[in-house]
This record gives sequence, C-alpha cells and structure tokens, in this order.
Amino acid sequence: MQEWIAKLNETFIESGYYKFMLEGLGNTVIITLGALLIGVIIGTLIAVVKYFAEDSKIMKPLAALCDVYVTVIRGIPVVVLLLIFYFIILTSAEGILVAVITFGINSGAYMAELIRSGLGAVDKGQMEAGRSLGMSKMQAMRKIVLPQAIRYILPAIGNEMIALLKETSVAGYVAVVDLTRAGNLTRNNTHDAVNPLMVVAVTYLLIVVVLSRLLKILERRLSGNDKR
Amino acid sequence: MISVKGLTKKFGSLEVLKGIDAEISKGDVICVIGPSGSGKSTFLRCLNLLEKPDGGTIIFEGDDLTSKNIDLNVHRRKMGMVFQQFNLFPHMTVLRNLTCAPVMLKKADKETAEAKAMDLLSRIGLAEKANVFPDKLSGGQKQRVAICRALCMEPDVMLFDEPTSALDPEMVGEVLDVMKALAGEGMTMVVVTHEMGFAREVSNRVLFLDEGVIMEEGTPDEIFGAPKCERLQSFLAKVL
Repeated sequence: MQEWIAKLNETFIESGYYKFMLEGLGNTVIITLGALLIGVIIGTLIAVVKYFAEDSKIMKPLAALCDVYVTVIRGIPVVVLLLIFYFIILTSAEGILVAVITFGINSGAYMAELIRSGLGAVDKGQMEAGRSLGMSKMQAMRKIVLPQAIRYILPAIGNEMIALLKETSVAGYVAVVDLTRAGNLTRNNTHDAVNPLMVVAVTYLLIVVVLSRLLKILERRLSGNDKR
Repeated sequence: MISVKGLTKKFGSLEVLKGIDAEISKGDVICVIGPSGSGKSTFLRCLNLLEKPDGGTIIFEGDDLTSKNIDLNVHRRKMGMVFQQFNLFPHMTVLRNLTCAPVMLKKADKETAEAKAMDLLSRIGLAEKANVFPDKLSGGQKQRVAICRALCMEPDVMLFDEPTSALDPEMVGEVLDVMKALAGEGMTMVVVTHEMGFAREVSNRVLFLDEGVIMEEGTPDEIFGAPKCERLQSFLAKVL
C-alpha cells in the first residue's frame, strides 16, 4: 500500500504531471459542456422544424434537410467526423474548438430525436388549445408545449451528456489534451504503465456516477411535479 | 356573424363533410347533434380552422377565414373554444391558464387580465382555486375553468366540442349550468353535444348532422317535437 502511494506520488506529484492531468480534465469538461450546449440548440431547432412539418407544407423541405443531417451525422463514427473537421473543414482552428464544434454537431443529431419524442409526448390538445386562443404556432410552442416537454426531455439529455463525456475521450486524435490524452502522455513520460490509466478510468467513472445520481434526483423531482 | 358555405373536409379518402351550409347570427345558441362519426366535431373544428377545410368558405365577421392572406390568429382570438378533454395547461395555475393568452397577446396588461380572470372565476364559484394547478380540480371544475379561459379573451362566439362527454355524470350539470348562464347573457354559441335536454332547453336552433351533411335543421320544438327525416327519427328514438 505504502509502495503504491509512493509510486503515485512519483508519477503525478513529483513529476508535476498532476497539473497536466488537471488541465486534461478541464478540457474534457469544456468540450462536454460546450458540445452539450451546441447539441441542445441544434437538436431543439431540428425537433421544432420536424414537429411543425407534420402539418405545414413550407416546413417540409426544411424537415427533409434536417433528416439528411441526422442521417449523415449518425452514420459516421465520431472519430472520423472529428478528423474531417480538423483536417478538411476547420483547418485553421484550434483542436479544442474543433472538438467542441464536432461533438456539438454530432450530439445535435441525437438530441434532435430525443427532443422530438419529448415534444410528441405532449398531448396534441395542448397545441390546439393554445392556437384556439389565438397564439401563433411559435408562441404556443414556447409557452405551452416546450415547458411540458422538458419533463420528458431533461432525463434523456442527462443520459446523452454521460455518453458525450465518454465520447470526448477520442479528442486526442486532433491534438487536444483531454483527460484521456493527458493520462496517455503521463504514462509515456513516466514509464508508469498502470496508474495513469487507472486514474483516468476512475475519474471518468466518478464523474459519471455523480452525474447519474444528479439525474436520478432530477427525474424524481420532475415526476413529483407532475401537474396532470 | 358566421356564414358557412359549401364546407367540405376529407381525411385521406374519407369524406367527413360533404358540403355544409350554415348561418350563425349574433346571439344564436346552436346545438349540433348527430350520431358519432357524423362529422359534428369536424364541422366545429373547421369553424376556427383547427381543421383545414378542403372546400367552401367560412365568413366570420366579414372576413373569409379560408382565404390565404388572412391572419388566422387575430380571428381566433374572437372565437373561444372549449374541448371535450378540457386541455387546460397542466404546468400553469388556474389563474395563469386564464391570463396567459390575453397577456401574451397584449389584449390586456397583467393586472387587468388577472382582475378579469378573478371576476370570471368567482362567478363560477372557483375563485379560491385560482392558485392551484389543474390536476387538483375535478373534471367538472376543469371544464368550467376551461370555459373561463376562453371567455378571458372576450370572444364574440364560443365553440363547444362535446364539453360534457368526458365528465362523470354527476358533474355534467354544473358545466351545463355555466353554459346556460352564458347563453342567458346573450353569448353566441355553437355547441356540439349529446345532451339532448340542453339542446332542447337552451338552444334556439338545432342542426342534425349525419354522414357529413346537415340532414335537418330547425327550432328545438321542430327537431325534437316533429322530426321529419327518418334518420333523425331513428337517431332520437335511440338517444331519448
């Protein structure tokens, strides 16, 4: 035990690599949160377009475009997507920015589906009631449908966030020092093959466990608030 | 006030309305009766274009609602609608259910709308429920609140889509009482209903719809006292 602690001390503290690991953790968090934000925005836009496209001819071409986006993004592995953005599309941007954008665009495609199903779970009569009072589609969407849909959507977004956090571990492919890559570099440079990887794994695990806990609490709150 | 001419509506290949003509004047209380699947609800929902008609015109206060260059939202504000399933907004208190639309659509500022809402609620005896959420109300209370929500927009006409069909029998009366009072105040109303007693007592004209056409129309006395067409006779024999 003491030996192990001494080894940890040597690998992370004395070498100064703990700072490196912390920076990696920071980048992982930044990429996850940034991508989540972009994903939620893209997902909501697509979901709303597709919701309205059901009975609006003007929205139909737009909805078709959204379908193409979702199909393309979901059909390409995120690593490949990341490389395409880094080497072909955003060649002059920094790796971390490319990562935020790529993971955001990627997760937007998944968010779209889960937000759409959340909107679909709200009774159609709610939209009709809003419209019958003279609200426009967007007004009824904003004040009536979306606030109710959030109850169904938030837990799913939480799950998506957990998946996203783990997905970002491939950000190292585009020269971003995220948690995984920081661990890898520490392993290379300290010749400690075990502890850096273990620390990385346990860190991901801890974040996911905490997020899951928060999600459980949130879900309980939301269902307790059921106003129906 | 509302003039309907040659209204048709199809769902896919199913022709639900096959050319409806109807005149609704100010102060009319018109009940629409008929067997289920006859197109009553569709007819009512076409009046404020919740269903888009395939043909015909609907002239409301001089404007053709079926024409393309019309701002429907403005006209809908003058047509209140009450649904079978109430469709109260579950995430808002009763008071907010009433004031939400008038405030959002700048029909009234918050204070005015709330005063109006409280006045409406106290008239139906639900003022003390203003700050509870709809899930704490009984079905009858929900529907009365839904009527108030529509009234809060100060509409010129009220459309009722089977307002008592989803209620437990003992709650039907309280909703009908509110509607009777409303009719007594001179509100123009179009009511799709299975409550023949209400149609007989409160309406001044009854439309009998069957298979997408108005088979017969007349005063309640004519319709219930001396039904002419066979379909109406057999329908009444079944429901009365």
